[in-house]
Amino acid sequence: MSAATPPLHLRSSTGRARRRRLVGRGMELLATLASVLAVALLAIVVASVIKEGAPALSWDFFTKAPAPFGQTNGGIANSIVGTALMTAMATAMALPAGVLIAIYNVEFAPPRVAEMVRLVLNVLAGVPTIVIGIFVYGLLVVGSGQSAAAASVALAILMLPLIARATEEVLALVPASLREAGLALGGTRARTVVRIILPTAVGGIVTSAIVAVARAAGETAPVLFTSSIVANLVSTDVHSALGSIPLSIYVNSESPSVHDQQQAWAAALVLLVFVLVLSIGGRLLSLRTRRQIERMR
Amino acid sequence: MSTVSEPDRVESADAAEQESTAEVVQNQSQANLGELAAKRTPVPVGDREVVLKLDDVTVSYSGSAAIKAVSMDVFRRHVTAFIGPSGCGKTTLLRSLNRMNDLVPGAIVDGTITYHGHDLYDAGVDPVEVRRRIGMVFQRPNPFPKSIFDNVAYGLRLHGMKDRLDERVESALLKTGLWDEVKDRLKSSALALSGGQQQRLCIARALAIEPEVVLMDEPASALDPIATQRIEDLIGELKDDYTIVIVTHNMQQAARVADMTAFFSVDVSAERGGRNGVLVEYAPTADLFIRPADPRTEAYVTGRFG
Amino acid sequence: MIAETPAPASTFRRRRPRFGDAGLRVLAGVAAIGSLLLVALLTYKVVDEAWPSIAQFGLSFLWSEDWNAVTGEFGARDLIWGTAFSSLVAVAIAAPVAIAIGLFLSELAPRRLRAPVGALVELLAAIPSVVLGLWGIIVLGPFLQQHIEPRLGDWLGFIPLFSGSPSNVGLLPAAIVLTIMIIPIVASISRELFLSVPGDLKQGSLALGSTRWEMVRNVAIPQVSAGLVAAVILGLARALGEAIAVSQVIGGGLNFSASVFQPADTLAGRIASQYQGSTSNLQTASLAYLAVILLAMSLIANITAQLIVRRIRQRMGGAH
Repeated sequence: MSAATPPLHLRSSTGRARRRRLVGRGMELLATLASVLAVALLAIVVASVIKEGAPALSWDFFTKAPAPFGQTNGGIANSIVGTALMTAMATAMALPAGVLIAIYNVEFAPPRVAEMVRLVLNVLAGVPTIVIGIFVYGLLVVGSGQSAAAASVALAILMLPLIARATEEVLALVPASLREAGLALGGTRARTVVRIILPTAVGGIVTSAIVAVARAAGETAPVLFTSSIVANLVSTDVHSALGSIPLSIYVNSESPSVHDQQQAWAAALVLLVFVLVLSIGGRLLSLRTRRQIERMR
Repeated sequence: MSTVSEPDRVESADAAEQESTAEVVQNQSQANLGELAAKRTPVPVGDREVVLKLDDVTVSYSGSAAIKAVSMDVFRRHVTAFIGPSGCGKTTLLRSLNRMNDLVPGAIVDGTITYHGHDLYDAGVDPVEVRRRIGMVFQRPNPFPKSIFDNVAYGLRLHGMKDRLDERVESALLKTGLWDEVKDRLKSSALALSGGQQQRLCIARALAIEPEVVLMDEPASALDPIATQRIEDLIGELKDDYTIVIVTHNMQQAARVADMTAFFSVDVSAERGGRNGVLVEYAPTADLFIRPADPRTEAYVTGRFG
Repeated sequence: MIAETPAPASTFRRRRPRFGDAGLRVLAGVAAIGSLLLVALLTYKVVDEAWPSIAQFGLSFLWSEDWNAVTGEFGARDLIWGTAFSSLVAVAIAAPVAIAIGLFLSELAPRRLRAPVGALVELLAAIPSVVLGLWGIIVLGPFLQQHIEPRLGDWLGFIPLFSGSPSNVGLLPAAIVLTIMIIPIVASISRELFLSVPGDLKQGSLALGSTRWEMVRNVAIPQVSAGLVAAVILGLARALGEAIAVSQVIGGGLNFSASVFQPADTLAGRIASQYQGSTSNLQTASLAYLAVILLAMSLIANITAQLIVRRIRQRMGGAH
């Protein structure tokens, strides 16, 4: 048996070869179309929000509380303040806890325990946010009433696994040589973590917090039962229920009034810009951090 | 079914006898290079038929030339070896012969490479057709995580060579000497084979679709000496039917298996201070090792390479 | 000097206890154990809130169709149907689209496009669900009502699913909104999976004269199929648990209807719309019971996905 005779064609000339090439091209085209679809959906939603929301934006919209029923020219100042306060408090709780969990997993935990903690974090990340809302309602609202503080606990529960998982990934990227150098110079484990590992990974930790803030600021379900009976006043009293941007969108979106719907669109535009800017910023920062750490290797 | 001719069998048996232990294979002294090379049967010049013709071929990655201005002919049913120091672009050149470089971002091939007179890089040439005729075996064995049978049948099924499938698989495995070792476990995973067996399986997989040319990129570099020897013997057997181009970093290996050898080097004196691979010398293996025409070749084959 | 007089062993003893070291270890350990306790407490608390309803209705809650605050009869059947239908439709559409996107971003797209398009797909995941719900109720719903549902009704009206009059709220817009939400989740995981396929295998296939699609179908997809299943399960879990966007567009229908055009409701959507205004303890407990069902589904889905991922890691670890 001898090898194939010298071919005289390198183009896909047979029917079969042509069919295979067409199938391949077709599949590649479908995959491209799927990606175009995803980008188009993003564009359509963003364009709708801009188109409907931009006309209703004004200085008053940012600085005034909602207008009393039947009047116009109100704003969402109370919701902006509320979202800012609740997100800040949630971050203050979730960030240290998340970073500590990550440190435990990377530096101290036996592999099996680390695996267990990771599993539980993933489970927590998968708990529907409405269930977190019900949990915090039963834990903190029953008896003592709704409050921005209770809502921020719900948001913190949502942020915790996001921060812990992302931080753990960044800590694990820190080269072992740096860690060993710290220990070899006589540093204790704790000193090595605080002086060497955390400063190296700080960009990644900030990124994880940014991404978690972007997520928490847009969540409605955790605040729905914990901070929704709100007075339309700008307030900073975290022991009372405060408004939030997602909640104002939710409530106004179900209103039949055109004015309310416009308010919802405008609030959606504010929220969307905030969330997208954070997401893009976080992404750029994370690329930079990763590159920096990789250069150390 | 066997395609191995008598003289070749004798030759490889001789080789096996002389280099019966692993150590010998690995530690060929420089003096032996010439002896080894001298044993290559000289091929009458008139019988040579050009399969691949390279004319002023330059391969660049994102603008910088990995290998520059190579012109050479690859002859039918010859074993052609590419040797040279690392970074000389020999693998890059090999991968341009079946358009595997298409997969590398920023890779550009200038000059012309013709296969039986057809420009491989002509618009409208289907790389799939090119690779079907010009197969490739890689540095590390890369069997698919499928059964032994399915590995060999993979290309056959792709190309619609499904008639006599069992027969074709058996024939490919016979050619690589793997049949007796695996015939009772064709349905078991290819990943359970040893490294050397895996590499022979990859060769069988490439041969099954009846290519004319087989490109081998340091096919034995990841293998132990005994497995290496089997691959070398196999190459000797295959050249009756196939045109083989092999990249190797091991000069002894080139001297043992190749009819023609091309020596590549790194040209640091290039105008823009870049490091380009260049073809220094291309000659019958015995000539290249015993009577190198270029001082750089001589320095390399006698071990005085800096 | 050291060689002449070997240091006494005590030199190497700790001079003082390392409070810093122990302190950080304990603090970090407490945080980690805290996360375990948090999940346990969450589960306990939600079941506790649901207990009156669990005690009263038991498992028959799952197949009982009544939801009547006046008579105090509660059951989840229609909500389970709404949840299952909207989520499964969403997954059925989103999974192939998202896997195709993962392929595009890892194998097929021109290299310069991969990072930007990947970033845009991830931005789709960043859109808050309430914004998507707003878009769903004001833009998507009316569009479906005017342009899509009448046509579906004309062609497929003989199937009960597509019968009835078009509406701007209902199962169909809910399923579409969920589809948009889970596409980026599944797409991101798929991309990572395809990137993990060894280049050796891809080259091996291409060198045998396969087209890129044949390489993907015969080598890449079999290699990562278990991971793709896990990705789809995670997407499904996300869809099952989404409350806000769904409650905005699904219409909160109290009556069962087989038609996807009609208002319906889901487990999460019902909680979002009624928990606040619940009129009896039993209704509150029944809504918490819905949360227990959701929690159980999300636990099962997530743990299953985790186990699949762990098995893949072990297999890959063993192969190398």
